[in-house]
Amino acid sequence: MITRNAALPDAHAHETVLEPRTGWRSLGLGELWGRRELLYFFVWRDLKVRYKQTAFGAAWAVMQPLLLMAVFSVSVGRLPNVAPAGVPYPLFVFVGLVPWTLFASSLIAASNSLVAAEGIITKVYFPRLLLPVAATGSYLIDFLISFAVLGLFLAYYGVSLSWAVLCLPLFVLMAVAAALGVGVWLAAINVRYRDVKYAVPFLVQLWLFSSPIVYSGTLVPNSLQPIYALNPMKGVADGFRWALMGGPSPDALVLVSAAATVVVLGSGLLYFRRVERSFADVI
Amino acid sequence: MTEPAISIAHVAKRYRLGQLQDPYGRLTETIWATIVSPFRRSAPRSSASRQLWALSDVSFDVHGGEVVGVIGRNGAGKSTLLKILSRITEPTSGRVVMRGRVASLLEVGTGFHPELSGRENIYLSGAILGMRRAEIRRKFDEIVAFSEVERFLDTPVKRYSSGMQVRLGFSVAAHLEPEILIVDEVLAVGDAAFQRRCLAKMEDVTHEGRTVLFVSHNMASVESLCSRAVLLESGRVVADGGVREVVDQYLHSIESLPVASIADREDRHGSGKLRFIGIQSSMRLGAESEIRLEYAGQSTLRNVEVSLGLSTLRGEGCMYLANQLTGNEFVSIPQVGTMVCHFARGHLLPGVYSMNVYCTVNGELADWVQDAARIEVAEGDMFGTGRIPPAGYGNVVAQHDWMVEEAG
Repeated sequence: MITRNAALPDAHAHETVLEPRTGWRSLGLGELWGRRELLYFFVWRDLKVRYKQTAFGAAWAVMQPLLLMAVFSVSVGRLPNVAPAGVPYPLFVFVGLVPWTLFASSLIAASNSLVAAEGIITKVYFPRLLLPVAATGSYLIDFLISFAVLGLFLAYYGVSLSWAVLCLPLFVLMAVAAALGVGVWLAAINVRYRDVKYAVPFLVQLWLFSSPIVYSGTLVPNSLQPIYALNPMKGVADGFRWALMGGPSPDALVLVSAAATVVVLGSGLLYFRRVERSFADVI
Repeated sequence: MTEPAISIAHVAKRYRLGQLQDPYGRLTETIWATIVSPFRRSAPRSSASRQLWALSDVSFDVHGGEVVGVIGRNGAGKSTLLKILSRITEPTSGRVVMRGRVASLLEVGTGFHPELSGRENIYLSGAILGMRRAEIRRKFDEIVAFSEVERFLDTPVKRYSSGMQVRLGFSVAAHLEPEILIVDEVLAVGDAAFQRRCLAKMEDVTHEGRTVLFVSHNMASVESLCSRAVLLESGRVVADGGVREVVDQYLHSIESLPVASIADREDRHGSGKLRFIGIQSSMRLGAESEIRLEYAGQSTLRNVEVSLGLSTLRGEGCMYLANQLTGNEFVSIPQVGTMVCHFARGHLLPGVYSMNVYCTVNGELADWVQDAARIEVAEGDMFGTGRIPPAGYGNVVAQHDWMVEEAG
């Protein structure tokens, strides 16, 4: 489907053509931009609804990484060599868990976003990509809250920041892009196969232990490091620790993580656009 | 001659029955089908016998400012056509060109979230329907005034009555300002007073020179709003022309079609705690009449409320009958039985009427069937004069007397 906004002095400047289309199509980013206000309303709705009628409100945003930190500190944290020497384990794990929570929550929300919006998908047209994008966006706000708590942690442990902190937004972007990439793949498949609903929690759990969040990535043998780096969250976790705690600076492997992120996001968006025309028929 | 606002050319839409019947496909089936026949593009279940052509070769143009009604029986393809025009689904073949800003209204209150307040939902629903934030802000007061829910603006919509939700939803939609408006049977909800205001608002819209495509079962509103009608039957256009001729053709076609027996009807709503399994009527103008509803319940039936709506085949409501109106409460009734609605004298004019049945058990919808039966009212002598009123003054006659009082 194409929408043209020709700048002609014609009375019908806005022409919409509806016809069957097969195969790949463009990402329709122009249309997404045109409906950015709707994106804003979706994010705003998700946040409002999430914390309405809750006693702790937005504190829940930070509860999850905090509790996980406590659990891992008294369990995994007691193992030898799990964190680099001289780094307090609670700080080490919390710096990993904050971006991890962003990634995991966004991924889960994005993969459910279409099925949860069945009522509007079958009643009104809007660019469907807005739904997974908005799901991710609302967790970015949660991330900012838990990031503020992370700041208090860093101050408590007396960590002094270097210029590396300026690179942090790049790693946040990488976590969001990876979550969105996997999220749009799963969201599109979820429309047809509800198996996704059961697979996602399991996938997220496996992913946590496949990423250097609760342990140091150096525990993985050197020969396996290039494969290990295919996991975008390895790049993100290493990047966060480097930017905030002065961990080892990223090497060429961070480019592997970045490339994997680009591939999963690009393929996810293209696949989503390819199958979106049948969403209303099969959801 | 300018180009038409909507050009529909050879549009067809095919559904795979598998898709309709089993929307929750299972991944293993597809994987298995791919393993068994890896070079086939689609799974073997999409054979021709399991396909349904909801629309085939539909073509017509709508010119700017025209108001066109789309009519047809259930399953004729009206909703599929609306979904294609609203961009919700793509045609299987054919092409549609729309020139102008399009808004479609397939439901009242699209995108409402029950946890959010009325104020918040006006913005949310407006944005989903395609309004800009500035536009919603500008029209906000007007929307609120039209909906008559001012006092509850900051209450979550989940605490609204269904009537209030409908009013608020329609008010948002009524303030869209598209050049092309596509409307489904959204006016069939809400109370009668509000329906009249919606119709009036729709008439304003049509007088502003907008192009409107209107789908409805109510022939009276189609006739009052539209100048032209398109009749669909089994996914094809069978008539297209002046609204009166097309509506007459449609009415003629449905009068000759038998309605399936109520026991066999699948298109019903409700929990099924009670189901109507048979309907008989003996109705005669001016004489003792009754409507008998046979029902079967799944368990003991408490607090049963039943209501019947009689309308003409054109869709104009004539009479509403309900046990809570008359105070004949069904506090506890047998599990299987017959509800009898008795009239000392029939007041309906002779003719054929369509009847909706609606029943709740303990406040929960149990069974609701639209056009559940056709009720035939026999000729009779209401006043003992052998006369009945001329046509065009409604369908009901009242018992009345005349006298003359001397002046002074």
